[in-house]
Amino acid sequence: MSLVAVRDLAVARGGMRAVEGVSFSLDRGEALILRGPNGVGKTTLLRTVAGLQPPVAGEVVVGDDSVAYAAHADGLKSALSVTENLRFWARVFGRTDIDAAIAAMNLGGLLERPAASLSAGQKRRLGLARLLVTGRPVWVLDEPTVSLDADSVGLFAAVLRAHLAGGGAALMATHIDLGLGEARVLDLTPYRAKPGKAETPAGFNEAFA
Amino acid sequence: MIALLLRDLTLATRAGGGFGLGLAFFLILCTLVPFGVGPQGGTLALIAPGILWVGALLACLLSLDRIFALDHEDGSLDLLATAPIPLEGVVAIKAAAHWLTTGLPLVVAAPLFGLLLHLPATATPWLVLSMLIGTPALSMLGAFGAAITVGLRRGGLLLSLLVLPLYIPTLIFGAEVIRRGAEGGSTVTPLAFLAGITAAVLALMPFAAAAALRVNLR
Amino acid sequence: MSIWEYANPVKFMRTSGAILPWAVAGAALCTVGGLVWGFLTPEDYKQGSTVKIVFIHVPAAMMAINIWVMMLVASLTWLIRRHHVSALAAKAAAPVGAVMTLIALATGAIWGQPMWGTWWEWDPRLTSFLILFLFYVGYIALWSAVEDPDSAADLTGWLCLVGSVFALLSRYAVLFWNQGLHQGASLSVAEGERMSAVYRYPLYLSMLGFFLLFLALLLIRTRTEIRRRRLAALQAREARA
Repeated sequence: MSLVAVRDLAVARGGMRAVEGVSFSLDRGEALILRGPNGVGKTTLLRTVAGLQPPVAGEVVVGDDSVAYAAHADGLKSALSVTENLRFWARVFGRTDIDAAIAAMNLGGLLERPAASLSAGQKRRLGLARLLVTGRPVWVLDEPTVSLDADSVGLFAAVLRAHLAGGGAALMATHIDLGLGEARVLDLTPYRAKPGKAETPAGFNEAFA
Repeated sequence: MIALLLRDLTLATRAGGGFGLGLAFFLILCTLVPFGVGPQGGTLALIAPGILWVGALLACLLSLDRIFALDHEDGSLDLLATAPIPLEGVVAIKAAAHWLTTGLPLVVAAPLFGLLLHLPATATPWLVLSMLIGTPALSMLGAFGAAITVGLRRGGLLLSLLVLPLYIPTLIFGAEVIRRGAEGGSTVTPLAFLAGITAAVLALMPFAAAAALRVNLR
Repeated sequence: MSIWEYANPVKFMRTSGAILPWAVAGAALCTVGGLVWGFLTPEDYKQGSTVKIVFIHVPAAMMAINIWVMMLVASLTWLIRRHHVSALAAKAAAPVGAVMTLIALATGAIWGQPMWGTWWEWDPRLTSFLILFLFYVGYIALWSAVEDPDSAADLTGWLCLVGSVFALLSRYAVLFWNQGLHQGASLSVAEGERMSAVYRYPLYLSMLGFFLLFLALLLIRTRTEIRRRRLAALQAREARA
């Protein structure tokens, strides 16, 4: 039984289909990396899988409350400390343990620092630690390594590998080689939507084309 | 959900959270009005119910755009939308946090402002009661307006344009309660209407606001 | 053949193009006819010649409300059935409705001055129209503020829905707040209060004229919106290719 099943999916950006006919599935322990030029629709596809926007066509099957999403913005409150930020997200997701996440992302020295005083890379590490505290099996990651240095990328790759080994799955868009030998790669370029009349228009720009 | 409420309250009271701004604004308004209309107690007492309610409306408006805009900017809203809390619940909690940090202080401070405007002592309990019943509706309607304008770069002005007309029924019944209370008349009818509006708004607006949020998230 | 086929932009353009000349001609004929006929009516024993403004005031007021109701129906159609033309029709109707509300308010003020001795009175009916005008302004402002047309259509749809409830609520709240000077409904069915036939028939004609005027303006504006969307769609496709 796969954690994520995507069938014949079409997603839209700006009222037009970006990609269409995308199908894949993710089992426990699997990772899938989306590739393709800028603007092909990687972010849109990830947001659709995360349930933030409805698909134009096809379907996304994921278990209830199984997706954790992380994108360019980390969802951190600059007035709260590292611990407070993490504890908040843990409680929102109905969990209490944040120590494992702190250890995994090497945040031990920063616990009482307000998030406002963290560097961009440290914020990013905190944002990724948030994934761990959600305890959700499917990670949907949009460029997770932006602003991380080489050491931190290595740290994150280790965390990701542990997540997969523990029965999780990951769907991500990234340009960096995380050294995940087992990860599959899906290039979205061939799925680029063909312009033309569609059965159900994705938005105004298709309805009146 | 409690976690979200606590976080919003903590954020409001930390530096830059804006807690107390609404109250200060209300105070300034109540100070300015006598300069405008003259210091005669009779005139002030006559217009006090209206001024107090209009002041509450504007003080509420001041912090409305913070309800969702900050969470939208830093990405928290995306993450909350994928959290196990329904978006309707997020809206209700955020409106509640707004009320606790803006509406409730106004309710508590209202008797003092009533004093400044020569509101008769007999009307003071009605002032507090009408604000207590009416201001939750202001926060919830404001959350709807904030949800609609969350994606806009300069949504603040538009937000007031959209939200203030929605405040009219609450303003009318709220001020009427105080006016009738001051005259010693029966306040049952306007109070019932005021409570009815608040109850309906609290029950239904989270759905409309969540729908607007979903549109702005995609 | 179902009514939903008109949601297809091409079909709508064809059909509306055929109706449009008739709507324009009918609007011109009925509005001018109603107003001239109305102008020739005898003076009222109580209100004198000022009564003649009724032939503009009442139709405009009627359309101000009806156009909002039409926008509500169009918004619901968009939110439920996702017909793009429907959302554009709601957008196209709003400025017409706002102007009708303004005409009703302005003619009311001009009429009220000699009748009540004041240009403006916080009378429930006048106040309700002022509130309705505020809702129109908010709706139009929201359409112009949101760049993405799909989001704009959804958000204005929800605003129209909530606004309708509150416009109605305000109507009754205002009644509670001030009983007012305004006479009862001009075309009340109750015998005795009824307007005499001398005024009634030209008024009916004028109302028909205003309705056709709205129809003509709505069709023209919706067609313009459709063309504008088509242009934007072609540009978007160009940009992506």
